[in-house]
Amino acid sequence: MPRLARLYVKTAFIYLLLALAVDALALMRVPGPLPWAALRPTYWHLFLVGWVTQMIFGAAYWMFPIVGYGPTKRGDERPVWVAWFLLNAGLVLRTVAEPWQARAAGPWPAGLLVAGAWLQWLAGLAFTWHIWPRIRGWYRRGRA
Amino acid sequence: MPRVSRWYLRTAWLHFVLASTWGALMLTYKAWPGLGAWVWRLRGWHLEAMLVGWVAQTILGVLFWWLPKLPGGVSRGPTGPVWLAYGLLNAGVALVVLASWGVVGDGLRAGRALEILAGLAFALNAWPRIRPLVRARPRSTASEPSS
Repeated sequence: MPRLARLYVKTAFIYLLLALAVDALALMRVPGPLPWAALRPTYWHLFLVGWVTQMIFGAAYWMFPIVGYGPTKRGDERPVWVAWFLLNAGLVLRTVAEPWQARAAGPWPAGLLVAGAWLQWLAGLAFTWHIWPRIRGWYRRGRA
Repeated sequence: MPRVSRWYLRTAWLHFVLASTWGALMLTYKAWPGLGAWVWRLRGWHLEAMLVGWVAQTILGVLFWWLPKLPGGVSRGPTGPVWLAYGLLNAGVALVVLASWGVVGDGLRAGRALEILAGLAFALNAWPRIRPLVRARPRSTASEPSS
């Protein structure tokens, strides 16, 4: 399993635990600065973006057909690195800024929220840029 | 990767790119409501495309590719039901999205029905393939105890 795939899969597991922890605290109605309902979108995105999407990215990077160039024959890996950084930076920003904006709207949480949104979007584009040519039949030498 | 899986996965990735674009716009709206309330009308599309168009379709595309082949190890089984599932699933997503805008009156139920039928059609191919990998049995040798 290549290093990048391990990074994606391990990060995904961390988000799974975080998402479940947020939901468990909400279900227990632990008193906090926010109504737990305000954290529903955060829970869903920790789960679907942090866990599911990141796991799909890691598995796809690892298992999809190789294209025959680059150090691991998986093509240019730079967009996959970029996608990992952007996805996680965006998700962390969103996780902080969305409840903050709900609690006390202002230019700071608003700016961070918008940054988080578009960083995640750019991550999706970067990974798609890498994976699109690998959604193909198996690579055979001389028939790339 | 078989052709039908390529169709599933490429379509899933298109759903993902669109759904994440709508998601980013919706989050921007939360920060800057001046963007216009029209953005919130994308919510139905965002949810449906993410959950069914992206996640479910990716899983199905990979399943067709990775599940064990039928006994004999050559064939993944008939692709007719898998293509049918592809059509039904994406038509279902489209109907649910249109229903979320009020364009199609009863589109939500019809769309969900198409998605359920897609799952059943896909299972026709996948169910018999959910089994242990069968390898050729090694020849017995004279030194092995007879039973």
